[in-house]
This record gives sequence, C-alpha cells and structure tokens, in this order.
Amino acid sequence: MRALAGEDVGRLARALRAPDLSGTRFLLLREIGRGGMGSVWEAEDPELARSVAVKVLDLPDESGDLAARLRLEARVLARLEHPGIVPVHDVGNLPDGRPFYAMKLVRGERLDAAAARLATLPERLRLFLRVCEPVAFAHARGVVHRDLKPENVMVGPFGEVLVLDWGIARVLSDAGLERQGRTGAEPAGEAAQTAPPAAGTAAGSVLGTPGFMAPEQARGEDGVDQRADVFALGALLAALVGETVPAGRRLAAIVARATAARPEERYADVPTLAADVTRLLDGEPVTAHRERAWERAARFASRHRVALLLVAAYLAARAAILFVYGR
Amino acid sequence: MNKVLLGLLLGGGLGVLDGLTAWFTPEVRKDILGIVMGSTFKGLVAGLLIGFFARKVASIPATIVFGVLVSGFFAYLVAAQMGKYYFELMLPGALVGLITGYVTARYGKGGPARNPEGRPA
Repeated sequence: MRALAGEDVGRLARALRAPDLSGTRFLLLREIGRGGMGSVWEAEDPELARSVAVKVLDLPDESGDLAARLRLEARVLARLEHPGIVPVHDVGNLPDGRPFYAMKLVRGERLDAAAARLATLPERLRLFLRVCEPVAFAHARGVVHRDLKPENVMVGPFGEVLVLDWGIARVLSDAGLERQGRTGAEPAGEAAQTAPPAAGTAAGSVLGTPGFMAPEQARGEDGVDQRADVFALGALLAALVGETVPAGRRLAAIVARATAARPEERYADVPTLAADVTRLLDGEPVTAHRERAWERAARFASRHRVALLLVAAYLAARAAILFVYGR
Repeated sequence: MNKVLLGLLLGGGLGVLDGLTAWFTPEVRKDILGIVMGSTFKGLVAGLLIGFFARKVASIPATIVFGVLVSGFFAYLVAAQMGKYYFELMLPGALVGLITGYVTARYGKGGPARNPEGRPA
C-alpha cells in the first residue's frame, strides 16, 4: 500500500472540510476565508448566474450556541440594508444540520491595502469617512460591530466600501432581533463575549482584535456600546494615515479622542467623529483640539493661501510701482 | 454670501483701497477724494459684472480671466481719459480684478462653481 504524500493529505483535509451544499441551490467553488465561527466559501448560484459567498459554521457546536449566533449574524446583516454592508441572499441548513448563509461575494482589496495606494492625506480621510457611514448606520439600528479592523473592511474596484464580518456584533436596542438570537443560545450580547475565539482574534472569553479593541471590550465588561466602535475607528484612522503621511496636531487629537481609554472621554458616536474629520478636511477647527493663535493663523493661511497670494501679488505690484515710478 | 453681492462688496472695497494708494503720490494727493470715488465706482461696477459672471459660469479660471479683463479694461478707460499712467493703473487694476474674480467664484454661494480640489465650493 502506498503512503499518502503530503499534498494528498492536504487535498483530503480540504475535501473533508468542504461543506456539502447539495441541499441548497448553490454549487461550491473554493474556500476564500476563515472566520471565528466558520469558513467562507465562494459558490455559484446557477439560478441567478452569479457568484456568492457562503459562510458555514465550522466548529463543534453541541449546545447549538454557535448555530444560533450564525443565524443571528445573518439576521443582523439582513436588517442592515446599506450599500456599505454586505447583503445576505439566503440562509438555511446543510444536510449535516450545520447552518449557513449566503451573501454577496465581495471583490476588492483590504482597507489598508487600498489606503496604501492613496498618496494624500485628504484621500485617506475621505476613504475613512466612507467607512464611518455603514458603521453609523448600524449604530442607528442598534447594532455594534465590535471587530472593526482593516481586515474587515473591503474596498471595491469602484471605491465602494463594505464592512464585513459582523460575527461578534452586538445588538443593543432591537428587542425582537435579540430575542430571536436567544433561541438555543445566550442573550445576543452575552453570546458575543462567551463564544469561541475567532481566527486572528484575541483568545479567551473576550472577542476582538488587540489594537482595535476598546479597553472595556477587552476587559469583557457588560454594557459595551457604540463607543467601542468609535475606539476601533480611531485606531483604524491612525492605521490609515500611517507613518508616511504627516499627521499634524489636529489629526492626532482626533485619534486621541476617539481612542481614549475611558468611553465617556471619546466621541459620543460615529457621526460626531466623522464630523470632526470632515472639519479637518475642510480646514475648519476640530472639536478635539483647542487651537493656539498661531495655529489658527497657520490654518487660515493654509486654507486661503491662493487668495492671500493674490493679495500679496497686488501689494507687491503697488509697492513696485511706487518704488519705480514714484506714484 | 451670494456671488453677486460678494463681487459687489469686494469690488467696491478693493476699489476704495486701490484709490487710497494715490495718497503715496504727492502730485495727485489733493485729488484723492475724487480718485477714491472714481475707483470705488469702477470697483463696484466691475465687481457686479464679475459676480453675475461667476454665478452664470461654473469655473474659477474663467471667472478669474473675466475679472482681469473687465477690471483691466476699466483701468484702461481711466488711463485713456488721463492720457498717461497706463501701466501704473492697468497692472493694479487687473490684479484687483483677478482677486475679485477668484474670491467671488471660490467663496461665493449660489452657483455651481467648484474649488481647485473639485469639491463643491
């Protein structure tokens, strides 16, 4: 009998991991990613002749908690109809009983890769503002993402921004949604803090990503609200502007306020953070930083430099005429 | 502030200041009141025209060119009336028109003009 070669074993392992989609209308194509609770596969929807992404529960789940969480994630996504949030197409169970949901297949690149190709600070800030929009929308619907990081934001070929992986999202205010999520599981909020750790996510009973996770979330505190996402967006903003772009005091102050250790010292919500970033873009004073007189003057000069240059040119012409012609 | 009003006020204001520079020319200092009034009137008319143009045309560069031409032409008329000082009057006059044109198109409201970065003004 011939021993299996390494690549044979790898192929066998992949085949065993592959979900059986025979009971669904989708045809499995290939694995495209792995998340906290399961794997994500590219599949074809022959009826609509389009590719979709299928997320399948991949971990042992005797209690049914994870299955409930996956269904909750699908419901959360289905309720958050926004161009910046990946839409859900279908939800169901595989022949082996594992739940799955199908969603739009997102093509593009990670946020940090997209930002790296942007040369100027205003371009990066405008990209950041597009990330804020779906997050603010979700907050308005009572949903906190809790795992915002560059890996979970995709930028499409036309610059469209999509926030992904709402697997540990917390439902704050939609009572109906939360009740449905409890079926066979903990309350929505508690489930997020006791679910098994995601790949690339901090281990233990706390979910999130170091560097992007708010301190209160890292401590596993109850009552984590939208300010945890404000913290993550602040960290995201710092990562986006990077070291290659001179940040400046006002941008540093915005990042500092967004990522303050105490939630009450942060921006109260995402629109307030986005408004400050917009003010920065427009050359207006930001609420996170009290300007000194010289900073105010420098900002005014920078904002109106063309007009000031023209006035200077006029004065120079007048002075030259006085000097040369004496009139 | 809308573009027409901004052009009018800016043209008038710069006209006053432009006229006041005659103070530095001793030979015309005694006529400064008339010079300031004439310069102000010229600035008001030019500013009004520039304001209407900026509201009509969605282009900062086009408004700047229009401002230079209009203000330069009015300065030429003044110089032609005096029969001298063409360069001394037309250069600052054209620069005043350039400033009025840029500021009116860039900062005035009420038209589709855009700033150099392409964002709505």
